[in-house]
Amino acid sequence: MSALVAVLTLPLVAALGVFVVPARLRVPMALASAAMITGAALALCVTVARGGPVMLMAGGWAPPIGIALRADGLAAALIIMTALVMGAVTCAAWFEASPARAGPRMAFGFWPLMLLLWGALNAVYLSRDLFNLYVGLELISLAAVALAALSGTAQAFAAALRYMIFALAGSLLYLAGVVLAYAAHGTLDIGLLTARTPAQGDALALGLMTAGLLAKTALFPFHVWLPPAHASAPAPASALLSALVPKASFLILMRLWFEAMPDLATPAALLALAVPGAAAVLWGGVLALVQKRLKLIIAYSTVAQLGYMFLVFPLAGGGGAAQPWAAGAWTGAVFHALSHGLAKAAMFLAAGIYIAAVGSDRLGDLRGLARALPMTGFAFALAAITLMGLPPSGGFTAKYLLMTSAFAAGQWPWALLLAGGGLLAAGYFYRPMVALFARDARVPLLRSIPRAWQSVPLVLAVLSIMLGLLSATPFDLLQVGRPPPASEGL
Amino acid sequence: MTLTYYALTGAVLVGLGAYGLLAVPHLIRRIIAFNLMGSGLFLFFGAAGARGGVPDAIPQALIITGIVVALSASALAVGLVVALARRSGKAFLPDDYPADDEDRAP
Amino acid sequence: MTAALPVLIVLTSLVPACVTFFLAQDSHRLRNGLNLSGAVLKLALIVWMLFAVAGGASYEATLPLAPGLVILLRVDALALLFISLSAALWFATTIYAIAYFGKKAELSRFFGFFSLCVAATTGLALSGSLISFFIFFELLTLSTWPLVAHKQDKPSLAAARAYLAYALPGSAALLWAIIWLESATGPVLFTDPPDLSVLEPGALRAIFALFIIGVGVKAALVPLHGWLPAAMAAPAPVSALLHAVAVVKAGAFGVVRVIYDVFGAGNVVALGVGWPLAVLASVTILWGSLRALQQDEIKKRLAYSTVSQVSYIILGAALASPLAMIGGLVHLIHQGLMKITLFFCAGIYDERAGVKKITGLNGMGRRLPWTSVCFSLGAMGMIGLPPMAGFVSKFYLGLGGLQAGAPWVLGVLAASTLLNAAYFLPLLYRLWVLPAPEDAKGDERAPGLVVPAVVTAAASLGVGLLAASPISPLSWATLIVTREYGP
Repeated sequence: MSALVAVLTLPLVAALGVFVVPARLRVPMALASAAMITGAALALCVTVARGGPVMLMAGGWAPPIGIALRADGLAAALIIMTALVMGAVTCAAWFEASPARAGPRMAFGFWPLMLLLWGALNAVYLSRDLFNLYVGLELISLAAVALAALSGTAQAFAAALRYMIFALAGSLLYLAGVVLAYAAHGTLDIGLLTARTPAQGDALALGLMTAGLLAKTALFPFHVWLPPAHASAPAPASALLSALVPKASFLILMRLWFEAMPDLATPAALLALAVPGAAAVLWGGVLALVQKRLKLIIAYSTVAQLGYMFLVFPLAGGGGAAQPWAAGAWTGAVFHALSHGLAKAAMFLAAGIYIAAVGSDRLGDLRGLARALPMTGFAFALAAITLMGLPPSGGFTAKYLLMTSAFAAGQWPWALLLAGGGLLAAGYFYRPMVALFARDARVPLLRSIPRAWQSVPLVLAVLSIMLGLLSATPFDLLQVGRPPPASEGL
Repeated sequence: MTLTYYALTGAVLVGLGAYGLLAVPHLIRRIIAFNLMGSGLFLFFGAAGARGGVPDAIPQALIITGIVVALSASALAVGLVVALARRSGKAFLPDDYPADDEDRAP
Repeated sequence: MTAALPVLIVLTSLVPACVTFFLAQDSHRLRNGLNLSGAVLKLALIVWMLFAVAGGASYEATLPLAPGLVILLRVDALALLFISLSAALWFATTIYAIAYFGKKAELSRFFGFFSLCVAATTGLALSGSLISFFIFFELLTLSTWPLVAHKQDKPSLAAARAYLAYALPGSAALLWAIIWLESATGPVLFTDPPDLSVLEPGALRAIFALFIIGVGVKAALVPLHGWLPAAMAAPAPVSALLHAVAVVKAGAFGVVRVIYDVFGAGNVVALGVGWPLAVLASVTILWGSLRALQQDEIKKRLAYSTVSQVSYIILGAALASPLAMIGGLVHLIHQGLMKITLFFCAGIYDERAGVKKITGLNGMGRRLPWTSVCFSLGAMGMIGLPPMAGFVSKFYLGLGGLQAGAPWVLGVLAASTLLNAAYFLPLLYRLWVLPAPEDAKGDERAPGLVVPAVVTAAASLGVGLLAASPISPLSWATLIVTREYGP
């Protein structure tokens, strides 16, 4: 219970704190609070894994008046993934965001925004109230847009504004859906909505909310804002934007479709969610193949990887019949979200190291860097293995679970997409790998990169591999408090 | 009956705002359009929330929260537009991101 | 203990791999010691296990990842056959590689992936379920890629790219086949073959084809063999490992597993998929030999010879008669010993005499006598002269073909023997008969290179001469076939 409160309030308090303390205390305070929040996240995970879901009624008021917070296995897994990524990003930013190197905007702005984002993400993971989720989403968007603009170039501002327009449009669509849901049922609590008497406007409400969330998750064709925003942000910010932010809106989609209104999941609607996902896998992959800058390759790969998660919808069935493979699909999608978060953050942090070392992320300028910075090259390679879905990695476990349920559900074309997407990923990560591991003359580095900094992406990449090697524990955690439609089919 | 007027006005505002958000390229006008849409939604929310004529506190609390959120979003957006205009001299988005022309990464 | 032993055997190469990556470039002694002691330890453990298994012990270790996704290491007779080969030849190759590279650059990376590759091969040999086989199969792909690309010059990089371009779609096909099959039958363990009657014969044929595509890429089955001749751009120890122990053998081993432990020989015959595979293997045998004939680079000729020779194993497995299977299994060992000898020698010719082309071999027999004797022994074995190892394999394959009611196999074997002779005998003629050119250089003052070659050559002679003894590969293969797949 107290761990739950801590993961919500600590980041927000710390965000205010780093804002007001003197400049020299800013980084120590950020590091200390990151350590504390990670500790709280671990404690919450252990509590959930041992004793089942943790429930909290804010102010002691039960829904529909009050707001419920609940940490189930899904929320706990995302909270711990977020804590790991945030912790790593904090360490990387400690090296990167000094005023002398990154400019005052980054040195000052990064810490409060990062902590604000952390608090908002945790709030979204835990909330059981649609309007509370709206507020959380907006906080995430505000922090994310500001993070995208942190490098202070005209391109960054333009990219941030484009992001903002999509994010705001998405929020309004979502809010419109929330309003309709409240008008029909007089409650916004997910638990109470599950037990509602279906009304006529429900499909419209769910459709509006879904459309808004798709724009925020950057699902094809709403992905156009993502690559420029992620590629023009400073690397630690890119890591947060790519690894964590889309997961929050995807989580709300899962909550809506699997928990609040599973009765509306017709096969056609689920297919409509997955087809853009498939298009994202292919289109994002093809665009990633032709990029010349490392960060754009990584960003387009995010577009592609986000598409996989949407395969959960058709694979979990539809039509209300019992479908035992839904559990595999549901867990596989979450596993994908977790391993993608860890691996993608590792990649962006590695890209940040390269940019610090040679001042550019064009593939031509990166040639031979793996020799000068072997740990970073190794981290990049491990992260690429996870994202290609090769064993033994978290990405492989996810792919295996999704493919198995695709066959069990008799929907083998989705398995074809998973296999093809993996090959595309191998294709688009091949070029940066060849550049990094080329035997060119040693590039003179602009600055020396401390080993501790180099080890940050490596730790994340190793974690994304361990997620596959030791997947039994996270697998069991995810099953805690899993909604019935996630195990029996929508 | 009044409630219906409120709801209809809200719907009209949302429509106007949506048109502005899509059709107007100037960024400040887009932000205004977004605010128009938000206000329309809140108006509609107020009307829809009054179920069965009994005043309901929840929508009002939520609307106030929503207004605060919209306000802070607008503030950030305006700040970004100003910063963009200072650097590029224009308050429009470039049509496409010049991905490969940029030599130095940020 | 029964659970720890298979894990320990994998760890004897996995731990040196992980440690080697982080060693400084110039800590040669530590790196060599680590790799050698890993190899010795593994060999010792395997010998111990051989005796224990012969006495009836069984070993099993599991690591559950998710429902249906379990890494299972299990020791059975077939696994032991493959693992003894890989451990013995790894030891020889480690000595050879240490002498070959001396103090060149990037050795920590090389030996790291080298050990990782052997760890993957070991895991693959010990895998007791399809999905763990796949996991180690992929690990093998990933760990051999940097080895092929090791020189980082244009041909090596092109070879590495070709390798991935073949291997990754291949493993996609393999994963597809595994999941398709397991979605109907549940997780497949090699100990109890799945009940295939739940699937239509058409689906089963498609699954079998996908399996063969998946493992056939690694086994260099025509037309999936394109990467193997290109991969000879890699350093000699890598070629030796690739051709004799790790990659192509993993593919051939996979074919054996799929036919005997997943489908079962009876089902393969009943589905009518054995014949097409046997024909494909025969085509590969002849095609590889024909192509070998046209190469004038030694390593390339050997590479095409591998394409041809590995398909003997597949032919033996596909014929699905007991004698053919014995021939195929024993060739897994025989081909490994002979081919590693040949590649060791090719490396010595290149390293010590600067000879890459066949024309350079003129008169080498007197200049590099030990190497040339070993090379000749390997080549004669490949041709299948009695009583060499290759003869034993071909003899059993021929009998197996008759047993399976496929007398045309004899024709394939005869033709391939003629072709083998056609591309190996001219080399021997050059080595021993033709005079050396005036300016020929070269010496054998490199015991680290020559001794492994002599040992493997002696072993390849020995397994042929002593085929009838109870500890020969032939007896072991016979034991496997009679005990595990017998009627």
